[in-house]
This record gives sequence, C-alpha cells and structure tokens, in this order.
Amino acid sequence: MMSCKGLGGEGSAAAAAALPHVLAVDDSSVDRAVISGILRSSKFRVTAVDSGKRALELLGSVCVIFLNLNLLLPFRLCASVLHVLPITFVLGLQEANVSMIITDYWMPEMTGYELLKKVKESSKLKGIPVVIMSSENVPTRITRCMEEGAEDFLLKPVQPSDVSRLCNRVLR
Amino acid sequence: MAAAMQLNTLMSNMFATGLLDDQFQQLQMLQDPSAPDFVAEVVTLFCEDGERIIGELAKLLDKPAVDFDKVDAFVHQLKGSSASVGAQRVKNTCIQFREFCQGKSRDGCLKTLDAVRNDFYDLRSKFQTMLQLEQQVQASFYPKQ
Repeated sequence: MMSCKGLGGEGSAAAAAALPHVLAVDDSSVDRAVISGILRSSKFRVTAVDSGKRALELLGSVCVIFLNLNLLLPFRLCASVLHVLPITFVLGLQEANVSMIITDYWMPEMTGYELLKKVKESSKLKGIPVVIMSSENVPTRITRCMEEGAEDFLLKPVQPSDVSRLCNRVLR
Repeated sequence: MAAAMQLNTLMSNMFATGLLDDQFQQLQMLQDPSAPDFVAEVVTLFCEDGERIIGELAKLLDKPAVDFDKVDAFVHQLKGSSASVGAQRVKNTCIQFREFCQGKSRDGCLKTLDAVRNDFYDLRSKFQTMLQLEQQVQASFYPKQ
C-alpha cells in the first residue's frame, strides 16, 4: 500500500514541488509512520511504500501515472488512455521526482541492499542518494552497502537528529 | 484541569518505570499543529502490530514441532517496532525472547511470550488511557470544535 503523505491539493502545486521528495521504504507500518513523521517535520515531502517492488514502480515516474489511473480503470485500459494524461495533471497528481531514498535493510522479497543495487544499476536512477536503515549493527553488512554506493547507513531506531543531519548533508 | 494533571502523572510514571524511553519523547516532539495526530497514529499502529504478532507467536509455539526461525522472525519484528516507538520494556523482553529462540527452548519461549503479552497489554492499556486523557485536554482548550 502506498501512502502519499504530503502530496495533495493543499497549497500550490509549485510550492509543494519545491520541497525535496523523499521515498521511504519499510515493510513495518510502525517504522513507515515514524520515518514519515521525522521527514515531514523537517519539511520534506514523503511517500512511504512497503516494499522494494513498489519503490521501483514509483521511481519509474510514468508508472506513477499508471498507478493512479489504476484506481479508475482496469490495468489493460491504461495503455490506451494516454490521452487522459492532461486530466491526471489537472487532478493534481505529481511526478515521482525523488531526491532521496531511505530504505530498511531487512524486508521480505527484496532487501534494501537489493533495492540499492537496482537503483545504482539504473542509468536513470543511479544519481539518487540511497540511505539504508537497519536495526542490526553488522559491520560486513554496512561495508557491503557502502561499497554498493549507499549514501549512509542508519541504525534503528532512527531519531530525528540522525535524519536532519543526513538530509542537510545530502539535500542541500 | 484534572485531565492534564492525570496525563502528566501517567506519562511520568510510564517513563519512570521504564515502560517508555527517550525514543517516545522524540516522537512526542514531532507532533505539532501540522501533524496533530502523529503520536496517536504511531501508537495505534504499534498496538495493532503487536496484537497481530503476539497472535502469530502463540500459534507457532502451539505446534507440535516449533519453527524457531519463524518465531524469531516475528519477535524481531516486534522488537523493531517497540524500539521505534520507545516501548522499552516490551523491547527488552523481546531481546530475552530471541535468546530462547536461538537456544531452541520451547519452554523458555512460552514463558517469555507470557511476559511479552503482559508487558504489551500493560503498555497498550496505558496508551489508551493516554490518548483518552489527551483528547479531554484538547477538548478543554478548544471547546468550540
């Protein structure tokens, strides 16, 4: 399930789009709420998803529009209704345009490490900083993630001070 | 205002007895007019999550052959979410629980499940009181809602 906190009709779309957009990935509903709250209080737009798969769907921004159309139409019709795109913008749907990804390490199906690899392997996405969160302090795990191109590795429970320090560095 | 005093006493008690730790205070500080229900939301999610996990643990430990890896995975989840909300006592009991999982001790696990259940229900009932008192305090400040 995707919760697009911070997106929506309030204020002007331009003002909202000026805030950095962080994509948070965590299979725990509690941790998603906590990381979203921490990021929002630092004035970021946050989209929180529960898996690497959904994160990758969101990161392909054209798919965001398809995902939103899915709410209205059967999936197969989406391809044939591209002319509806102007309407989706009028409805206030925003591009993914992600400035940073913050992901849990240990998730079923796709770990944060696997998500990191996929992002760094993609010519379109590799410039997006990826931060890994984990409740376990495993030095080899941390090294492996940093070697794969992670921006940073945060130990859980994540605190507001960790995140604001990180974001100030990464999202000047 | 009686509700405000009761709330104060309750919170002091929860911190003093080690039920909650600093992480919870960090979350309280994130609540503001732009996110007025943040603490309630996180607390509610934690309670739902905890209830679900405890149910799964009871089922797994009831089987004739216990899959300790699965038990450990669920305890790990509960430990994670308790740490994230500052539920210190539940978190510490989960740490003990994982030791019994790793030692593949069914008795140890069952005993610790009881302890986790008690700690969790105690916390949950105090959280519920906390949320009710907060609503009363809010209502007294903003009577024309």
